[in-house]
Amino acid sequence: MSGHMNLTLKVWRQKNSTTPGKFVTYKADEISPDMSFLEMLDVVNEDLVKKKEDPIHFDHDCREGICGMCSLVINGEPHGPKRATTTCQLHMRSFSDKDTIVIEPWRATAFPVVKDLVTNRSSFDRIQQAGGYVSVGTGGVPDANEIPISKVIADEAMSSATCIGCGACVAACKNASAMLFVSAKISQFALLPQGQPERYARAEAMVLQMDEEGFGGCTNTYACEAQCPKEIKVTNIARMNREFFNAELIKS
Amino acid sequence: MKLDAKIPEGPLAEKWNKHKFDLKLVNPANKRKYDVIVVGTGLAGASAAASLAELGYNVKAFCFQDSPRRAHSIAAQGGINAAKNYPNDGDSVYRLFYDTIKGGDYRSREGNVYRLAEVSVNIIDQCVAQGVPFAREYGGLLDNRSFGGAQVSRTFYAKGQTGQQLLLGAYSALNRQIELGKVKMYTRSEMLDVVVVDGKAQGIITRNLITGQVDTHSGHAVLLCTGGYGNVFYLSTNAMGSNVTAAWRAHKKGAYFANPCYTQIHPTCIPVTGDHQSKLTLMSESLRNDGRVWVPKTLELSQKLQKGELKAKDIKEADRDYYLERKYPSFGNLVPRDVASRNAKQVCDEGRGVGKSGLAVYLDFADSIGRLGQPAVAAKYGNLFDMYQQITDENPYEVPMRIYPAVHYTMGGLWVDYNLMTSLPGLYCLGEANFSDHGANRLGASALMQGLADGYFVIPYTVGDYLANIGPAPIDASRPEFAKAKAEVEEKIKTLLSLNGTRTVDEYHRDLGHIMWEYCGMSRTAEGLQKAKGLIADLRNSFWKDVIVVGENEEVNQSLEKAGRVADFIELGELMVDDALNRSESCGGHFREESQTPEGEALRKDDEFAYVAAWEFKGINMPEALHKEELIFENVKLTQRSYK
Ligand SMILES: Cc1cc2nc3c(=O)[nH]c(=O)nc-3n(C[C@H](O)[C@H](O)[C@H](O)COP(=O)(O)OP(=O)(O)OC[C@H]3O[C@@H](n4cnc5c(N)ncnc54)[C@H](O)[C@@H]3O)c2cc1C
Ligand code: SF4
Ligand code: FES
Repeated sequence: MSGHMNLTLKVWRQKNSTTPGKFVTYKADEISPDMSFLEMLDVVNEDLVKKKEDPIHFDHDCREGICGMCSLVINGEPHGPKRATTTCQLHMRSFSDKDTIVIEPWRATAFPVVKDLVTNRSSFDRIQQAGGYVSVGTGGVPDANEIPISKVIADEAMSSATCIGCGACVAACKNASAMLFVSAKISQFALLPQGQPERYARAEAMVLQMDEEGFGGCTNTYACEAQCPKEIKVTNIARMNREFFNAELIKS
Repeated sequence: MKLDAKIPEGPLAEKWNKHKFDLKLVNPANKRKYDVIVVGTGLAGASAAASLAELGYNVKAFCFQDSPRRAHSIAAQGGINAAKNYPNDGDSVYRLFYDTIKGGDYRSREGNVYRLAEVSVNIIDQCVAQGVPFAREYGGLLDNRSFGGAQVSRTFYAKGQTGQQLLLGAYSALNRQIELGKVKMYTRSEMLDVVVVDGKAQGIITRNLITGQVDTHSGHAVLLCTGGYGNVFYLSTNAMGSNVTAAWRAHKKGAYFANPCYTQIHPTCIPVTGDHQSKLTLMSESLRNDGRVWVPKTLELSQKLQKGELKAKDIKEADRDYYLERKYPSFGNLVPRDVASRNAKQVCDEGRGVGKSGLAVYLDFADSIGRLGQPAVAAKYGNLFDMYQQITDENPYEVPMRIYPAVHYTMGGLWVDYNLMTSLPGLYCLGEANFSDHGANRLGASALMQGLADGYFVIPYTVGDYLANIGPAPIDASRPEFAKAKAEVEEKIKTLLSLNGTRTVDEYHRDLGHIMWEYCGMSRTAEGLQKAKGLIADLRNSFWKDVIVVGENEEVNQSLEKAGRVADFIELGELMVDDALNRSESCGGHFREESQTPEGEALRKDDEFAYVAAWEFKGINMPEALHKEELIFENVKLTQRSYK
């Protein structure tokens, strides 16, 4: 059919976390520009399975850019060439016939490869567990409208809260820093009145957990912001640093 | 077994309060002696796990994704209903109850739906206290929007990401309990069976999706919060991993499955572009406020559009059929979801569809853009228009959108009583996985409400009653039932891996989807359903002989994971068809061609079918047994819906 593309893929294959991986080359023929990137991989995998070969493993679920499960470094860019777009929402019309596409997993010490393109991002969960919440139990809370919040603040908190926890910021950063992700959560609660009582304890606990997980420091290159599919702003990092600094100040 | 829904006696508005008082409590000092298993950590599961852990129970929670934050609930866009009446526009608990019962086409329980409406207000308070950033007015108070099926504004939202923000709220409450050591979270773990000892659910069997290890877990009660089964149709708006396995395996162990054929088909989704399509994307139904739905009047013009010889703008006004406006002058493009979907299918079946495949209708904004101006339309729908362009590469400001109905939600699920307990004692079911509150058709913005109502505000009371009754003695995991269930799961995995056939799991899944969509979708006939029965049985036989599952158990093996899920979908498909055959009335989203009014509208048969159809598994290749739970309406009057 017209407009269909024939592509060469160089894909990172790795059996498990302890076996070394390598690039393997595959042909992806007759690819329609209307396919999403993951649908293109589905087609390749269907062929592999027919040949009784192990399909390329990758994480994905919603395929709507919201669950944060998909990943992939595509030609050196986390989530591929299109800005503000997750891999699952990237369409093949962003590529051309005869292109060679290099596909790798997130690369960071704190995100070990599980298999092929699948990584372990449980470090992100542990950072959230360290303090990413308001300590209220179920029931016994005030009426929702007893906590007025200015629209500007609510909108700003919402912008930080849209982080999908994908980890592209870490993959984009030469230091594998998780600051953009962590600061988005700290900011959401630092902005809202509900977050005030635990404001500093939270910032401290989350930052310490982040360091413990082996993420790198921030040297202000802003690669994270450029690659973040949800356009989380680096101003969140400045806010987090302030929160952490104040937390230390209060303690001393 | 006789089905007892255990709806409390007394006036509607007092049932839940009275019931809460009648339920037994567990002594606070004893709570830590009980283990509760929660399978699934979407809205229903995360809220339940966190709330039960807060009370002091030991919770073990499971999900198949790499983090609880990725459950399918994350994808909900539009909003969540609550009877707060903040806009002072006449809302009340009773009105929310009434709208939901009517929206469900009178196929749900009054008692359950009233309770849902009652606790809806607590949900909003809870979420705000957690720091969920709902949309606000300039004065700092919460904003509401309108949604289908209601004349009041009662939907709370967080941009187009309400599900995400609610789930992150529940996830944060769950995280707090994980940190406190009260919840043990197992991610990338798939439940593959329930363990039944002495007629009670006392544990589950799971497979670790990284190592392949099969494990047993014991608990005093098991809660399934495992979401809907829309993916039985292959293509749906659900996430790729959404599946029926947990509910289905529980069904085979004794939990009845209720109303399996009740599926919601959403009218405004982006149409299929080709065989490679893996899922469908929903476009918010709010678009029908300003878009006009049409197809050409003649086959000839449609064919030219399909071949690309003409463009939408070439079709003259006089040659367009705005069929919803024509047939339903008083509701026009705003008829409910089921009516809009069925009519789109009908014009496409006539051959008058548009787009390459002919399986689409136009949703045209030209008039609105002319009337309001492009900036006003962009302000309302900008993000949706962008998403549409991203996927289709067409600019909806210039050419009409193409839309087609898609499977979106499943109202059917495991049968539960008022306490959310299934017919298997000790096994509970919450959220989309149960059948409880939406009848034959779910109103928008009510699934998020139900998931959180079940998890935060119902189960903490009702499970306590069961636990108090059985007592805190530890569950004995050395009972042979545990080892037996584990061995069966391992055997099934081995069989799948040994088949070494010629067709892929996806090929079977796609075939099943085609059969379900064609014969058990929006419009059904006895003849078609009979045919589907045969086709699915053949598919099942072929699957177990000829499917390819590559790799081994002791590794990450997505091929094996999918195979197990599709095997269950095939069996579920057979039951859905049986249920659809049995229900020879048109109701909710389901049009039975044999049951229509002289004008061709859906005809419900209340004297024959005002019941919940709960199916009991009797063994492979055996027909399931039907149990009927009569629906009793003491407060609302059953009327035929009309949108003319
Ligand atoms: C695109 C879209 C938009 C929607 N928009 C709205 C809306 O605006 N308003 C509204 O009210 N509703 C909406 N809905 C419906 C609503 O989102 C869902 O019905 C609801 O979120 C389901 O929540 P849940 O907790 O029951 O299940 P889910 O969120 O699906 O969670 C299921 C959980 O179970 C786990 N699980 C499943 N099987 C297993 C197993 N075998 N072993 C271990 N774990 C398992 C999963 O890992 C997951 O954690 C929408 C649905 C879709 C598809
Ligand atoms: S900050 Fe952006 S890139 Fe990082 S996890 Fe969140 S959404 Fe992903
Ligand atoms: S698959 Fe969910 S964000 Fe990509």
